[in-house]
Amino acid sequence: MANMQKTEKQEVIYEESILTGDQTHASVHKKITDIVLTRPLEKGWLFALSIALAGLLTLVISIGWLVKKGIGIWGNNNPVGWAFDIINFVWWVGIAHAGTFISAILLLLKQKWRMSISRFSEAMTLFAVACAGTFPIIHLGRIDRAYWLFPYPNTMWMWPQFRSPLLWDVFAVSTYATVSLLFWYTGLIPDLAAMRDQAKEPWKKRIYGALALGWRGSAHHWFRYETACLLLAGLAAPLVLSVHTVVSLDFAVSVLPGWHTTVFPPYFVAGAVFSGFAMVITLCVPIRKWFGIEDLITMKHLDNMAKVIIATGLIVAYGYFMEVFIAWYSGNQYERFLTMNRFVGPYAAFYWALILCNVVIPQLFWIKSVRQNLVWLWVISIVVNIGMWLERFVIIVISLHRDFMPSSWAMYIPKIWDITTFVGSLGLFFTLLILFIRVLPMISIFEVQTIVDSEKKHADKH
Amino acid sequence: MNFDWVRKKLADKTGKNLWRSMEEIAETPEFMSYLKEEFPNGSAQTASPEARRDFLKLMGASLLLAAMPGCTQPKEKIVPYVKMPEEIVPGKPLFYATGMPFNRHVTGLLAESHMGRPTKLDGNPGHTDSLGATSLFHQAAILGLYDPDRSKVVLKSGQSSSLSAFLSVIEKKLAEWDANGGEGLRILTGTVTSPTFGDQMKQVLTRFPKAKWHRYDAIHIDEARRAQKAALGEFADSVYDFKKADVVFSLGSNFLINLPGSLRYAREFTSRRQAHKDKNMNRLYAVEAEPTLTGAAADHLLRAKVSKMIAVTESLAQRVGVNNVQPTSSVKLSKDEQHWLDIAAKDLRNAQGKSLVLAGEQLPARIQALVFAINEQLGNTGKTVSWIEPTEQDPVLHGVSLAELTADIRDKKVSDLFILGINPAYAAPGDLNFSDLLASVPFSVHHGLYNDETAAVCQWHIPATHFLEHFSDGRASDGTVTMIQPLINPLYDGVSEHELVSALLGKPGRSSEKIVRGYWKDKLGLDFDGAWRKALHDGLITGSAFTAKSFTVKTVWESGELNQSFTESEWEMTLRPDESVWDGQFANNGWLQELPKPLTKLTWDNAAHISPESAQKLEVQNGDMIEINNGLKKIEVPVWIIPGQTSGNISLALGYGRTLGGQIAKGLGFNAFTIQSAALHLWVPKISVRKTGATAKLASTQLHQNMEGRHQIRSASLDTFKKQPDFAHHLEHALPPASFYGAHKGSDDYAWGMAINLSSCIGCNACVVACNSENNIPIVGKDEVLNGREMHWVRIDHYYEGDIDTAESHQQPVMCMHCENAPCEPVCPVGATTHSDEGLNEMTYNRCIGTRYCANNCPYKVRRFNFLAYTDRDKHSEALKLMHNPDVTVRNRGIMEKCTFCVQRINQARITAKKEDRLIRDGEIKTACQTACPTTAIAFGNLKDKNSEVSKWKAQPLNYGLLNELNTQPRLTYLAKVKNPNPSLASEAAHDAHPAKHH
Repeated sequence: MANMQKTEKQEVIYEESILTGDQTHASVHKKITDIVLTRPLEKGWLFALSIALAGLLTLVISIGWLVKKGIGIWGNNNPVGWAFDIINFVWWVGIAHAGTFISAILLLLKQKWRMSISRFSEAMTLFAVACAGTFPIIHLGRIDRAYWLFPYPNTMWMWPQFRSPLLWDVFAVSTYATVSLLFWYTGLIPDLAAMRDQAKEPWKKRIYGALALGWRGSAHHWFRYETACLLLAGLAAPLVLSVHTVVSLDFAVSVLPGWHTTVFPPYFVAGAVFSGFAMVITLCVPIRKWFGIEDLITMKHLDNMAKVIIATGLIVAYGYFMEVFIAWYSGNQYERFLTMNRFVGPYAAFYWALILCNVVIPQLFWIKSVRQNLVWLWVISIVVNIGMWLERFVIIVISLHRDFMPSSWAMYIPKIWDITTFVGSLGLFFTLLILFIRVLPMISIFEVQTIVDSEKKHADKH
Repeated sequence: MNFDWVRKKLADKTGKNLWRSMEEIAETPEFMSYLKEEFPNGSAQTASPEARRDFLKLMGASLLLAAMPGCTQPKEKIVPYVKMPEEIVPGKPLFYATGMPFNRHVTGLLAESHMGRPTKLDGNPGHTDSLGATSLFHQAAILGLYDPDRSKVVLKSGQSSSLSAFLSVIEKKLAEWDANGGEGLRILTGTVTSPTFGDQMKQVLTRFPKAKWHRYDAIHIDEARRAQKAALGEFADSVYDFKKADVVFSLGSNFLINLPGSLRYAREFTSRRQAHKDKNMNRLYAVEAEPTLTGAAADHLLRAKVSKMIAVTESLAQRVGVNNVQPTSSVKLSKDEQHWLDIAAKDLRNAQGKSLVLAGEQLPARIQALVFAINEQLGNTGKTVSWIEPTEQDPVLHGVSLAELTADIRDKKVSDLFILGINPAYAAPGDLNFSDLLASVPFSVHHGLYNDETAAVCQWHIPATHFLEHFSDGRASDGTVTMIQPLINPLYDGVSEHELVSALLGKPGRSSEKIVRGYWKDKLGLDFDGAWRKALHDGLITGSAFTAKSFTVKTVWESGELNQSFTESEWEMTLRPDESVWDGQFANNGWLQELPKPLTKLTWDNAAHISPESAQKLEVQNGDMIEINNGLKKIEVPVWIIPGQTSGNISLALGYGRTLGGQIAKGLGFNAFTIQSAALHLWVPKISVRKTGATAKLASTQLHQNMEGRHQIRSASLDTFKKQPDFAHHLEHALPPASFYGAHKGSDDYAWGMAINLSSCIGCNACVVACNSENNIPIVGKDEVLNGREMHWVRIDHYYEGDIDTAESHQQPVMCMHCENAPCEPVCPVGATTHSDEGLNEMTYNRCIGTRYCANNCPYKVRRFNFLAYTDRDKHSEALKLMHNPDVTVRNRGIMEKCTFCVQRINQARITAKKEDRLIRDGEIKTACQTACPTTAIAFGNLKDKNSEVSKWKAQPLNYGLLNELNTQPRLTYLAKVKNPNPSLASEAAHDAHPAKHH
């Protein structure tokens, strides 16, 4: 990629620029590769990694104990068969929506501002899928039989049961994970080559070189590369919609009031994008500061993401409203009871906290100064993530704990292992993320370089 | 054998772990050789207390293991119930008639035996006290047999000894007693109905004229006996005929549950409450201080403290025309109560000779005697109630008998005391201080199933055999002699009470068979062998019931014992045998401990029941501790609020607060015997109560007892039913059947279905324990019940309807509905729960991976998940392994289970039918719950057969499906409940469903 390295400084003056500062191809290239190649090991990074590793260890211990003792170490009980396990699953799958949404759908929509954040959010997607994928497996009573969920040829002539949404889930999530991984890796190839070229140490050259699959940046390469990306984007885009639709069917297919709802698919997808963008903001705000890449991930990016949060947040709010409306409109006593139970039942605090987090507080993003304020942005993004976790708590636990038979009503109280498993999954997520930002270019170098060009042209026109 | 090594291995092990490690150790060659050398008598190494404990642990393990392989049928001839095959066919169970002595009578049972080990107990259809049904206690007795905590070795001062050592001591004692006429020799037993044992005791008392036989049953009927003595001149038992009773009036009598013969009474009583068959329903008025299942079945209920109940009885006696009743009670009845009694008395008078008044046997004698007179006056005596000779051998007043013994011990008049089969160190009234006194007796022997509180105080403890391990006999509530034959050789070193008493007669080593057979030898006519075989086969001696006696009821209640007068105090207390563990004798039975008590659904604990109004007054909530003070002693107990409790009356269950007697029994609940007084037995007329501020965790399986307007239980009065027979259907919005996947094709021959008649169900819990026993359902423990993970396949939902203070209580057994359109089936990702072509919703345990989605999607919430390894306790105890039903898989951790409609029984019947080339006949398959049910509230059978019992039930207009509006099309449906309230008591009849409003 030597041809892309330019040494002379170029003046870039434009209105409404996505990037800020004086960006050239070289500055972009250097900023991004330096984080990986030349930046020394920092105490702060090591500290963050060690905390994340402690979290990961917690997960390993929690799962170990789970395998030894059984699901009973959690608080799940007879009416509440699913609790933290499936809440966490859906929460992580939701978070996993931002990356592919940004790379695939925004790519197809030719939204150039996505370029600075796509790599990073795709990585986040993969790590979130890894966390999400853990839960459906460990929530099984007999973890050792998890492979029975796959249709594989066997002497019993037994297939999985294709009417079950859980099985659809297996396909949806594994397809999504596969396509996301491919998409992410394909996108990395030119940058891996750049890393190979930039790296000084031979062993780094060798690793990046192997991963770059012989990329030389020829026109043929670029042509095929662009085509592949577009095809993958075309494949991934419907998956963004389908995965959470299928996850929502886990609930919508059942007979349970609070689950048996037709609004679930769109409302779940919107909620997923909502939480995914919130998570991207949560992570971007400290990272861009830490690694000094505020000029590449700019206030403009954050502003745009905040706007996506408002938009999807309103869809989610519509979903909440519809649930209540339909409960009333249907005249079904179980639905009505469920709604009242959310409003004033023993877990009412969770419901109202959810409304506060997901409906009320994000409205602050209508105010430009809030969108421009890093502290506000960061806090609200965390609030949204909490809100989305609460949403799944409300859907799963509140619906299950009081359904048709009052004789079976009970409360769900999480046990210590529920909490450690959740914290552990955060540990897994952050371990992967913290490692990622120091071993791979977290921003797509070549793509951002294309904006530098186009922005320059844009400026020239003025 | 190195004892230190064993000790190290066993250190810190308790309960489940202890059993496991004992097995591990017992398998080692060291231990095996040790057993050979040293077994069975203790060695010098057992001298120190630590070593002794270890030795006991080892002994337990070794005996258990030694006994198991040799677990065989007894060598004496026992006679199977139906027909004896040429030889034992593996997989084919045999049935034997036997009987269980409990609660002052022996109930005839049929024991199912697989390869020489009994696995299930059911009622003997030919037995008057069973009629084929059982109570929860009978069902749970099988676990009592295999209880790993049973005492296994003879103990002397807590150290292991042997039977021969004991017998040699007895031999010396015999010479002593022969010399002094048995001076100082006392024998204390519970209620004895066994003619053989009675005869043995007679021989003992003849040989040692100065010896005395004391009786103490913790749940005795002294007050009733006093009344009999005063009013009839002698002790007599009453036998009721509910079939003939149009109007029943119960004064604190829990006759559906607690009387000897209750199984029969429940059957007869509910047989008169089938509006769809017979519009001439009976009517029950009940007056009670504490809510009972009998009260729950009543058409009209009056809540009154015991002090007021005297006034109620006096008032009722006057109203029905009993002469010379001078009220002694200062309690005044309110206008409403007067009105209520007017109406009830009128109803009774109109049903002369066809009514029945009963008084709880625990109530003051004056009430009992007045009730004798009321029945006499109403012309019921000889019709609905008759007198027979007491079934108890040589009846005495138990409280008096124990008090005499206590006084004699205090006066040092007792030198040798034998306590047989009871646990007075725990269960004696608190004011006697019996336990302390017992320790001062020079020579004391305890004979019992457990190494319990009494065993710990006595010098000798002799393990008793379980009733399934020895021959015995006893009388049913109507006097029928019931035979008890063993199903298995004694698992441990136990002896029966017959053998023990035989030793006191200088004939040690006589087997229980010889003793019982010997007693009957010249009493069964010429062909003794034939008669004996028949008696064992039938489980009873035909025609041995007592004939009715007639008495003139003396109206003597103004003098002597019957001249009781009580004033009402702010707080009164009633005591009762616990619904699950009785007087504590079943405290180590896990099935019973975990059985939700009928009205509170509490498990593993007892609590002070108080009314909502009392709770308000004391400012307490469920689980708050209160201190109850009877003036002498006080105890701290947690409260449980139940609507239906009489305000100002606190009721406590006995049987908890055990300090010894097994790993399960220990440390649960509190001991209500502590504040019991010997004089008043189950009633404490004056207590003081205060809140302590502490709280306790109580594990209830049903925290919500309000139907939330959902019509799970549908009921109406007889009048409504006559006008609108299909009232139950007006309470739902059922849709025409529809399915996304199309209807199941199904078999042409069979479609299994069940119906439960809510007019019959009294909520007695027998079905729940029967299901535990039949289907190898594990217990989970109190903590897991608190976590909401109890495993019962059948639960009895209990709901209150109406105002909190006068709430009516309803019971509804709920198990898997086997829906045609089962929501659980399509959601399982691996197809572990599927529909059979005969309409069963089947669980394939092997295929289940435990997603729990089926349970989430089950609207009836009947699926049960093995959150932890609940069956480990059973798997690691050799004894409990023997108990399991071999036809039912023991489930693993991590899989789902639920009611199967006893598919193993269906398949047994299918095999038989196929061999005979015919279809399965109606009634050939009975589910475990159905078999146990005393009121035949459950019908099961083939819906393809329009003439089957269950098809007929389902054709009734009362038939309705639970949550029909979900289109699950349940195969299990209910017959709505019809009650028969008196139209004159209109306000009470307000519980009607008002169908028009919901239409």
